[in-house]
Amino acid sequence: MKLKLIVNGENKTFDVKPDEYLLDTLRNNNYVSVRRGCDNTSCGVCTVLVDGKPVASCSYLSLKAEGRNVTTVEGIAEEAAKLAGFFGEEGADQCGFCNPSVALTVYAMKKELKNPTDDEIRSYLVGNLCRCSGYMGQHRAIKAYLEVD
Amino acid sequence: MKYVNHKRPSIDGKGLMMGKPGYTDDLAEQGSLIVKVLRSPHAFARIKTIDTSKAEALEGVEIVLTYKDFGRVPVTRAGQGYPEPSPHDKFVLDSYVRHVGDEVAVAAAINKETAEEALKLIDVEYEVFEPVLDYEKAYGNKTIIHPEPEIHEMFPIGLDPKKNVAASYNMHIGDIDKTLAECDTVLETTFRTQAQAHVMMEPHTVNARIDYQGRLVLYSSTQTPFHTRRIVAEALQYPLSKIRVIKPRVGGGFGGKQCVHGEMLVSAVALRTGKPAKMVYTRQEVFESTFSRHPMRFDIKLGAMKDGTLKGMDVKVLSDTGAYGEHALTVFMVAGSKVLPLYNKVDSVRFTGDIVYTNRTPAGAFRGYGAIQGNYALETAVDMLCEKLGMDPVEFRQKNMINEGETSPIFEIMGEGTAGTAMYMETCKLDYCIERGMELIGWKEKYPRKDLGNGKVRGVGMAIAMQGSGIPYIDMGSAMIKLNDDGFFNLIIGATDIGQGSDTILAQIAAESLGVHPDKIVVYSSDSDLTPFDCGAYASSTTYVSGNAVRKAADKMKMMIIEEGAHALEVPVEGTEFDGTDITNGESKISLKDLSNRLYYNEDQKQLIAVDSYVGKKSPPPFMAGFAEVEVDTNTGKVELIDYAAVVDCGTTISPNLARGQVEGGLVQGIGMAMYEDVRYSGSGKMITNNMMTYRIPTRKEIRSLKVEFAESYEESGPYGAKSVGEIGIDTPPAVITNAVYNAVGVRIHSLPITGEKVLMGIMEKRQKGEKQ
Repeated sequence: MKLKLIVNGENKTFDVKPDEYLLDTLRNNNYVSVRRGCDNTSCGVCTVLVDGKPVASCSYLSLKAEGRNVTTVEGIAEEAAKLAGFFGEEGADQCGFCNPSVALTVYAMKKELKNPTDDEIRSYLVGNLCRCSGYMGQHRAIKAYLEVD
Repeated sequence: MKYVNHKRPSIDGKGLMMGKPGYTDDLAEQGSLIVKVLRSPHAFARIKTIDTSKAEALEGVEIVLTYKDFGRVPVTRAGQGYPEPSPHDKFVLDSYVRHVGDEVAVAAAINKETAEEALKLIDVEYEVFEPVLDYEKAYGNKTIIHPEPEIHEMFPIGLDPKKNVAASYNMHIGDIDKTLAECDTVLETTFRTQAQAHVMMEPHTVNARIDYQGRLVLYSSTQTPFHTRRIVAEALQYPLSKIRVIKPRVGGGFGGKQCVHGEMLVSAVALRTGKPAKMVYTRQEVFESTFSRHPMRFDIKLGAMKDGTLKGMDVKVLSDTGAYGEHALTVFMVAGSKVLPLYNKVDSVRFTGDIVYTNRTPAGAFRGYGAIQGNYALETAVDMLCEKLGMDPVEFRQKNMINEGETSPIFEIMGEGTAGTAMYMETCKLDYCIERGMELIGWKEKYPRKDLGNGKVRGVGMAIAMQGSGIPYIDMGSAMIKLNDDGFFNLIIGATDIGQGSDTILAQIAAESLGVHPDKIVVYSSDSDLTPFDCGAYASSTTYVSGNAVRKAADKMKMMIIEEGAHALEVPVEGTEFDGTDITNGESKISLKDLSNRLYYNEDQKQLIAVDSYVGKKSPPPFMAGFAEVEVDTNTGKVELIDYAAVVDCGTTISPNLARGQVEGGLVQGIGMAMYEDVRYSGSGKMITNNMMTYRIPTRKEIRSLKVEFAESYEESGPYGAKSVGEIGIDTPPAVITNAVYNAVGVRIHSLPITGEKVLMGIMEKRQKGEKQ
């Protein structure tokens, strides 16, 4: 089936199967920054933004995204680069596998919440698991990026 | 120091955050065959018949492989020194399947759906056996998990497959029975640790292709590219010289990738079809069909005198290696060798036991590697002993623990599956770590408990820990440094960056030696064709072992630059200096840039390249003290972690921010093992916790405060004073949190994890007995 999407601002048409998930559609079309960590919406590594909201692309049917704006980390390059600077400063880079998904979620949070508290940040990102950093370095980096105390 | 002990962002951090392709599956050849594995539904069975004809006939299926397609060559998948101290008990494919998720057959097809469909078309008839699921009943069980005649050990490790024993070990110092008999107080108790899953975010991933020279090229998400090459060659009986293993960026390992998993099967498919092939483990496969941490039972006796002098430690351990014996002996030994020397003033020590096979998912390497299990048992037992003695647990440790300048006879007796190496502690800042940790947690105000008056009680607990820095006289790292025209360098290393940042810190070490900015050092690592040998990322090796190799190579390169500079300037080498920018001797001066261009384009043309390697002559332990404050709800038993303080002596931190990240990440994995994580099975041996919904790792909501600091410390034998830091962070949380819960509510948890249910049961038992909390 043909699927029309706007990926990072560009109009795209992909051939998809009716039961295909957005993660596979994107990876099959060379958006390899979107990654598979689990298969059941548990880890957050496959996060992309659909119309600005973070979704787990491993469980999001591609056809559901028909006509919508899909954003991968390449679509927020400038903000991701800024956040990367703070991650580096805090030793939070680590393996990097989940970092594009964290960047996308932080970007969505920044649009949604004004001056989030520690608890609000943790709650917003709770679905983004990380096994390397112990979260604290990420937390410090995200706060520095958001310029909140 | 100009570049060492200064913060550096990871060299790959920004690129990876911005989504650059770099991981194994990002680099698979387009159109690769998809490799899928048919896995055993039974915990223990023999394949009576297997018919693949229907699967092979399916359009799009390229090849189907079963045990009939492979020779009987038993190997170990453990990536460790050679000859390996693990039993050779695994075939590429076998007619026996020994755990749910074990490999039955392999199908490769043009896409995932076809490969999965092919698996469904394979007809298998099993003879199902009674499995051994309880490791405490494995020894001498009538079910023999490894009846195959080919199973063998590379050197004596105590393998006794007829008794389900993968390895066994015993050591003793002094006469422990006599010592304990003479003690004023003897504590005797038992602890059990659970299986823990690694849950690295990137599943095990591998792809293979045959290149234009007819060589097999593997991209693998591995911690041990050189060991992987050796094991694949052995298993497939294929020339090692025709295999190239490339390790791209790796999405976490924690020991889970210190082994060979899909590599053998994907290689077999590529070799037999001549086509590129790839495999990405599903998360279920990662859980059921790779490794988890060895569960262990500790029967421990500690003997002390009234004055609080620890006299003897007697530890009997039973370890569950699951269906195969990867790392069986060495993990077991680390539960003693990197734990018991903490108390080096004892008269007698005994450490004995068996590592048994069961029909569970195999156990393997996992950060901490026995030390976390042993630390939980010993450091909890020490608190129990202190209570018996009526002694403060901090004072007891300060009185009995190892100090700078001291040694323990255990270092010489226990090594990596063999005898060890005697060494003195050139650096051991445990005294400072304890003092500072007490300040950070507020020990004096908070010990032992504070009743909040609302049914909640807060308590604090502590423990000390040690690890190692590589495996002396066995594990080697090496480095090449190449000077380029325009005056920049390539640092070419076998060392394996799996996200811990070794590429970054090794470049810092090279920069420090050469006096050039780290930006002038371009790192390329972990490619078995192009980089020199390195054992890989395990055993807290890289900073100390590979770091020393880099330092030696960089020092050599600096000397070469001085010699060539002196030659170009027509001055004697003596008195010639290189400051990172210019080579000078008195008034004579040539810049590195000009010298490089001269060397490559103009005069006396030659390539400057320096190579060196390093193998440890000892394994200086990093040390740490851990402290936690917990809050226990006495109505529900729920335990919340309020604060964790860790003060670490790892010598110089090459990059303080990356070292801190290592400790923070280790702590949270240790907290996960202490409080949340538990690999559980059904009565028939099927893993229940085979996805990330049922297997729960800590989220960022549970981790509120980690206070990590480093002691001032300089290890002379390490590169710029460094010891390693990869594992030490994980060791303390199980004991620390157990002790804190006890101090809060008087309930001692003897089996991990510390769940609310266990704590509440303990509280209720105490209430029934009329004991005060």
